[in-house]
Amino acid sequence: MALAQQSSPHARNARSTSQVMLWVILAALPGLLAQTLFFGWGNLINVVWCIAVALAAEAAILKIRKRPVAFFLKDNTAAVTGLLLGLSLPQFAPWWVSAVAVIAAIVMAKQLYGGLGSNPFNPAMVGYALVLISFPVAMTTNWAQPGLLWETAPGFGETLSMIASSQQTVVDAYTMATPLDEYKHKIATHTAAEVLEHPTFGEGVARGWEWVNAAFLAGGLVLIGLRIITWHIPVSMLAGLVVMSLAFGSNADQYAPLSIHLLAGGTMLGAFFIATDPVSSASSHQGKLIYGAGIGVLVYLIRTWGAYPDAVAFSVLLMNFAVPFIDHYTPPRTYGHHKPRRGIPGKSQG
Amino acid sequence: MTQLWDFSGGIHPAENKHISTARPITRAGIPELLVLPLQQHIGDPAEACVEVGERVLKGQKIADVTGGMGVPVHAPTSGTIESVSLQPVPHPSGMSDWCITLRPDGKDEWTTLSPVANFRELEREAVLDLIREAGISGMGGAGFPTSIKLRPPKDRKVNTLILNGAECEPYITADDMSMREKADEILAGLRIMAWLLRPERCVIAVEDNKPEAIAALRKAAEGTQTEIAVIPTKYPSGGEKQLIQILTGMEVPSGGIPADIGVMCQNVGTAIAVGRAVFNGEPLISRVTTVTGQAVADPGNFEVLIGTPIDYLLAQARLDENALHRLVLGGPMMGYTLETPAVPVVKTSNCVIAATAAELPDPAPEQPCIRCGACAEACPMELLPQQLFWYSRAGELDKAEHLNLFDCIECGICSYVCPSSIPLVQYYRAAKGEIRVQQAEQLKADRARERFEARQARLEREKQEKEQRRKERAKAAAEAQAKKQAEAEKAESQGQPADERAARAAQVQEALARKKAKAPQSAEADSKSRDETESQPAPDIEALEKQLSQATAKLNTMQSMLDDAKAENADNVEKLERAVTKNHDRVKRAEEALAEARRYAEATEAQTTDT
Repeated sequence: MALAQQSSPHARNARSTSQVMLWVILAALPGLLAQTLFFGWGNLINVVWCIAVALAAEAAILKIRKRPVAFFLKDNTAAVTGLLLGLSLPQFAPWWVSAVAVIAAIVMAKQLYGGLGSNPFNPAMVGYALVLISFPVAMTTNWAQPGLLWETAPGFGETLSMIASSQQTVVDAYTMATPLDEYKHKIATHTAAEVLEHPTFGEGVARGWEWVNAAFLAGGLVLIGLRIITWHIPVSMLAGLVVMSLAFGSNADQYAPLSIHLLAGGTMLGAFFIATDPVSSASSHQGKLIYGAGIGVLVYLIRTWGAYPDAVAFSVLLMNFAVPFIDHYTPPRTYGHHKPRRGIPGKSQG
Repeated sequence: MTQLWDFSGGIHPAENKHISTARPITRAGIPELLVLPLQQHIGDPAEACVEVGERVLKGQKIADVTGGMGVPVHAPTSGTIESVSLQPVPHPSGMSDWCITLRPDGKDEWTTLSPVANFRELEREAVLDLIREAGISGMGGAGFPTSIKLRPPKDRKVNTLILNGAECEPYITADDMSMREKADEILAGLRIMAWLLRPERCVIAVEDNKPEAIAALRKAAEGTQTEIAVIPTKYPSGGEKQLIQILTGMEVPSGGIPADIGVMCQNVGTAIAVGRAVFNGEPLISRVTTVTGQAVADPGNFEVLIGTPIDYLLAQARLDENALHRLVLGGPMMGYTLETPAVPVVKTSNCVIAATAAELPDPAPEQPCIRCGACAEACPMELLPQQLFWYSRAGELDKAEHLNLFDCIECGICSYVCPSSIPLVQYYRAAKGEIRVQQAEQLKADRARERFEARQARLEREKQEKEQRRKERAKAAAEAQAKKQAEAEKAESQGQPADERAARAAQVQEALARKKAKAPQSAEADSKSRDETESQPAPDIEALEKQLSQATAKLNTMQSMLDDAKAENADNVEKLERAVTKNHDRVKRAEEALAEARRYAEATEAQTTDT
């Protein structure tokens, strides 16, 4: 009788990394659905394309690195990176812009650092920031104008052909500046009321965008409910944004109001799906609060005074830089100790 | 209603307790052989105090502790001592240890017991001795000798005595069934412990998933001051530190003991054993052990004689050997796998899980850590398991220690929740072991260095002392010479008797003869020096004496160096030997020169006196 020799614990929880990632994908689907309903087929096509490129890039580099390909592809993390990029890129972003973003994310930001778990930066946001800087035209002029899928949006085939084009820009008729972009550039010369007349804002806060953000918020709450993410990063990020907006942006004739900050950009996607990437975010509760708040503050600063209309990617990357520092100074207080052991091991007072 | 606090983290694993609670505790009976390890708990092993072949009675002490931290071992039944030998014992490493093997004779004949009806009439020390003599060590976890635990440091007053009946680990129901069936005995044991410690508060803590046990305890505790605290089911509420936090809101200081904050925890099984030891005079020779898992057809709790082989126990529970995949001693969270069921039940064995492959499947292959933080969320000690993991794996042990590695209670939660199925606890155990080895080696190295330095210092001191003695001798010799000289001069001035002068002349003659006999090789030098001496009308005796003492000192130095060199087997021995010989000659020559000079002086003196 050969008895299995294992170290304790003998019982294991069933949830694997692969399942965690699958839940992230599922929780993002309402957001994708809202994007499709209000902005046409672009995001869906981007998501499929980005996931395909992500898996191919991951497989290729794993093979080059002589790692078990199937074992790592099964963890679904490459798929999540592809998904996040597909959800964030402009609807009519040309295929090659998406591909560059995804390949940069998987190859440079993830695998060159050692693969899953070893990347200091959020891979999807590295890819996003790279194409945002490299192809500014493609990344700012290709946002679909809001319009219901079955009404004004271009058909599936038309969308596909636009994405498959080699040009940086597509037909003007289908695109429109994003609400954040519009507000930022118009408010210097117009009143808030005049700015809000632009069709991109619609009846509510920002046409279509409000539903997309609400859907990502709902998906994010599901993730919190399933204990796949904790509330700390989303809440502190939103809180950082809210506090900054209330402190500086109370005059709508000068700066975009809070409602637009919360519901018109990539805020909810960023707060619940991007900033919460465990690998590149802070680890303790306190650290997560600082990390999230930092992102919220940076998002506001860059959106308001920076050159870019939205800022989730840059904010997340900047806070990724700060993660090791935050982690060293925010360990929890261990049971039986008077205070936490802050600082870098070996260099501080025990 | 007792006020309760919560501890951070924790999990709710599948309980699987119902498997073994269907039937009451049954006696496992007497197996063919009993194997009693001499060490069944932390502390020091006992020493066998019976001879092979000797017949022993049930309850008779068969191994005793001579000193240190340990408890005696008793014969669980009457029979013959078959051997004292190395046998496989229950241990994570699968090692063998010294065991007494007892072949029961089936008569189950008790030794004379001396029950104490009213323990309050005894001294506290006498009661503690009874507990120690009964061989009681903690029956919940590591098995700390109970009599030592019940004697906390003098400056630590135990205000709260906690009986731990939480039994938070899945599968195990030994305490649950004991509480259901032996609540009165638990209360009896608690009375003794409370009398010993005089706490202000006595609490029996039970998780709320054991309603029958709670009811039984409440009934038994009616009319007493004992609180029955029903605590929420959450692993590891039965961990000593967590239970103390739940019941008192206080934390045991890191590196400290519960008594530091006025708390003591005892297992309910230990309370039963203490009660039996005092009221019945019975030593600890049996315990309740759960036999469970899907590979046994008849799971349940057994009253098992200590030393009963686990395969005997599994047979009682009707084990299906083909279904058995993993055999765990203890719970599924903290227990360890056995390589063989041919190891005995010991005082700390609370559960045997005969698991099928489907029940406790082999872990999935380890994936990279994605820093999800599930481990940190669930850690009841509020550690940072993922950081500890990186540092442990990278061998950066100082950093792991900085992050309080040694506060880890190895409850297994981090590994349980890890989505990447990383065996985190195993990494921590390895790191702790590595650090302990390093510390031991450091200690050894430090001691070796200290010893070496002490030796060097001693050698140096001895050398200096030798040198000192030599100098003193040389000085004394010089002084003696000077004195002699002075006396001689004095005598001369006073007119010494002729016979003394004649004697001295004879000495000089003798020295001359010696010189001629011993050192023909230095004849040339001698003659030269003699010539010199002779050419000088009045040789300087003082200078010659000085020369001699110097030469003697040098010779002594050389000789001692040579001795040292010989002792150390140095390679300059030959050289030194030559030097010593040379110096020997030099001393001789100096002596001769001196003697000559004296003779000459005397001769001149004689002449002058004669004239």
